[in-house]
Amino acid sequence: MKVENKHTSRRNFLKVSMATAGGFMVGFNFIGCKNETAQVKVLKDLPSKWVDFDAYIKIGDTGWVTILSQNPEIGQNIKTSMPMIVAEELDVSWSDVMVEQAPLNTEWYERQVAGGSQSIRQGWNTLRTAGAKVRHMLIAAAAQQWEVDPKDCTTSEGKVIHGEQSLTYGELAEAAGKMTAPEEVKLKDPKDFKIIGKSQTNVDMDGVLTGKPLFGLDYKKEGMVYAVVLRPPAFGQVLETVDDAEARKVIGVIDVVQFGDKVAVIGNNTWAAMKGKKALKAKWNQKDKAEDSAYHTQVLMEHLQKKTKEAKREDGNVEKAFAEADQIIERTYEAPFLPHNCMEPMNFFAEVTDEKVQLVGPIQTPAWTESRIADLLKRDAKDIHIEMTRMGGGFGRRLYGDFALEAAEISSLIKKPVKVVYSREDDMLAGIYRPASAYRFKAAIKNNELTGYHLTEAFFNGSMFGDMPSNFPCGAVENYRVDCHNIKSNVTTGAWRAPYANFLAYAEQAFIDELAETMNKDAVDFRIALLEKAKANPVGEKHNYEADKFIGVIKLAAEKSGWYQKENKHLGFSAYYSHNTYVAEVAEIKMNGDRAELEQITCAVDCGIVVNPIGAENQIEGGIIDGIGHALYGEFNFTEGHAESNNFHQYRLIRMGESPKVAIHFVESTNDPTGLGEPTLPPAGGALANALHAATKQRLYKQPFMKELKVLG
Amino acid sequence: MATFKLNINGKIREIEADEDMPILWALRDQCDLVGTKYGCGIAQCGACTIHLDGDAIRSCSYPISRVGDKKITTIEGLSEKGDHPLQEAWKALDVPQCGYCQAGQIMTAAAFLKENKNPSEQEVEDAMHANICRCGTYNRIKKAVLEASKNL
Ligand code: FES
Ligand code: FES
Repeated sequence: MKVENKHTSRRNFLKVSMATAGGFMVGFNFIGCKNETAQVKVLKDLPSKWVDFDAYIKIGDTGWVTILSQNPEIGQNIKTSMPMIVAEELDVSWSDVMVEQAPLNTEWYERQVAGGSQSIRQGWNTLRTAGAKVRHMLIAAAAQQWEVDPKDCTTSEGKVIHGEQSLTYGELAEAAGKMTAPEEVKLKDPKDFKIIGKSQTNVDMDGVLTGKPLFGLDYKKEGMVYAVVLRPPAFGQVLETVDDAEARKVIGVIDVVQFGDKVAVIGNNTWAAMKGKKALKAKWNQKDKAEDSAYHTQVLMEHLQKKTKEAKREDGNVEKAFAEADQIIERTYEAPFLPHNCMEPMNFFAEVTDEKVQLVGPIQTPAWTESRIADLLKRDAKDIHIEMTRMGGGFGRRLYGDFALEAAEISSLIKKPVKVVYSREDDMLAGIYRPASAYRFKAAIKNNELTGYHLTEAFFNGSMFGDMPSNFPCGAVENYRVDCHNIKSNVTTGAWRAPYANFLAYAEQAFIDELAETMNKDAVDFRIALLEKAKANPVGEKHNYEADKFIGVIKLAAEKSGWYQKENKHLGFSAYYSHNTYVAEVAEIKMNGDRAELEQITCAVDCGIVVNPIGAENQIEGGIIDGIGHALYGEFNFTEGHAESNNFHQYRLIRMGESPKVAIHFVESTNDPTGLGEPTLPPAGGALANALHAATKQRLYKQPFMKELKVLG
Repeated sequence: MATFKLNINGKIREIEADEDMPILWALRDQCDLVGTKYGCGIAQCGACTIHLDGDAIRSCSYPISRVGDKKITTIEGLSEKGDHPLQEAWKALDVPQCGYCQAGQIMTAAAFLKENKNPSEQEVEDAMHANICRCGTYNRIKKAVLEASKNL
């Protein structure tokens, strides 16, 4: 089962891993060993030899196990939770495990991407199988040594056991490495899990708490210089001329190079390069339209009034339903562009030489980046080596390797190892933003039932994809239609945590709340009734959710939040299915004089088996606070093609005192795990809007809410 | 260009730098102390927080020429074994997500707890207000600061 690594020779790979493994020791002592003596003992026991079994597992002669984590870590905790899955099936004690970040290796690993909340879901079987196969090989080696039937052997915490005798994985590693890996292997029954389902501390904890170089911005290499790049200040502009005389005078500036419409100032430290960039005098030419926010709103609104040639989904006949309705409710919801604002600004290291292209840094899509860099530099992909560092946030921004391409291009021009560093201003202004969008919902009500539902989307540079048009309440309404308008903008746009859903969910859930109110129905009962209908008598081909799981989280959130005993409380309900995970959230507002304060979000989640509860809860809480923060404060406007905000003094992010308490409840499940990095964000805005309505009687149709509602001020 | 003698985590270091260079970059680029993070460069996020004679300051906005003989403490020097009550509390509660803001959060909290050994929840919120965590780990940070205050 050993596959040749096209990127690094096996020896090289092993050497790297030894060094890194040493670096992890201290970190692991915190997890594995609670007292001083144990720490000393562990340090003595460092293996002198490692046997690597496959792309995931190396076992040291003293019993330490190194598990490689294949996917990039952006704070979603997969560097801890994915190795836990391997360790579970390998049947090793978690305190004997070291984790190492794997480099990009498209032959070893199937999907080295951080995106779409898919790492755990799509890795689940592969990771379990990898662990189980090596366990099988260890058993085979022990059985051979004891001359017994492998079937009579068991394992526990890094040992193979047969009756009274046992051998450690460390003792068996070398012999086991020579065994053939089985084609098929039996996986554990979830009820026997010992590691999965138990909270394990973040494997990089010690490094984070003591300031070790974990992040892209921390990476250094001998001879490395720093590049800060001047990019067109407004969309639609191109570089006409640049005068770099003053920049070159700045102490520490080594060089200035132009590439395309960009100018890179190279310095021997970050500050010099930043200062040098400020000293550049550039002239820009407005080639393409200079868009502004008023224009964005106007085109979005115009499109909402138009029909598309072909609906994305159509069941029944909405026109007829509206013609026959007793009442029609129509509402429009508007969202601004949003920057990602990862805490660690974009950066990347590149060293381009005739022999190879070495890249190190924070990237969510290393494989895609590799192929783009190969195209850019006209190099063979096998010359390109990418190592992923820990990332100071991703949120979708690091899906786009533009910064890595810049680094590669600059290094190839200056022929030096270089780190491209974005200042916060660069990061906010050279964004690949969540596009502004607007949604129009129109509902037909007849005999106090929902008979027609028409959703129209107006979106810049994209439109709802995949099965999103079959979202709830699709399947529950006789006449249902979705129209999408994809409008071109020259503002660069892309995925932002929970693409589409991050705003659509709020709009939909606020609209559902208003519908329930109009029909004089309880907001929770109304949702459940629709879901029961979609289950018993589904309309149309198929919808994208399982009604029972949806109802499960809705009932759990209602129960835990005291929804049906809410007399004096201002509660808002919201439920959304995205990224294969079901989430319901209840927001509670307290009025403090004439100020509305968000007290708590009660959240129910069905994400299948919870791999690492303490990490899972962190994701859930983070997603909710992110959703609340951006719904309240996220505002990003354009004037003459350039963004109006360029740093945190002009862009408000949620702070500690503004964050609600979060109460989390998991639906117990033995189903395979689904994602958690995104799905708790979408319902948060809707829960908040609906609770604000309960408290103030005011409906909100536009984000950020701050601007709409005085009591939030 | 000038030469500065700085006391960083108890060691004297000689640094050649432009006078207006913020200490942040001297620490990160010249001293290889990369635990102190860059987040905004304009004293708005707290990622770069260090101690100057025990007081929390924003190293991104503090020129090296102003440091003089004041003692600098960075996250690397907060405790010898990484076992400051705050670091212990952070571990116990598994606070970080991406982790990028956390050194700054801890340094702000450490200076605050020296002044206020028994803070209320509200006081912690006020003290930590200027530190952004984009990942939204605020509730765990708050809990960890309160937890640590009991073990000072
Ligand atoms: S980097 Fe200094 S406060 Fe943000
Ligand atoms: S943990 Fe990511 S910014 Fe705070």
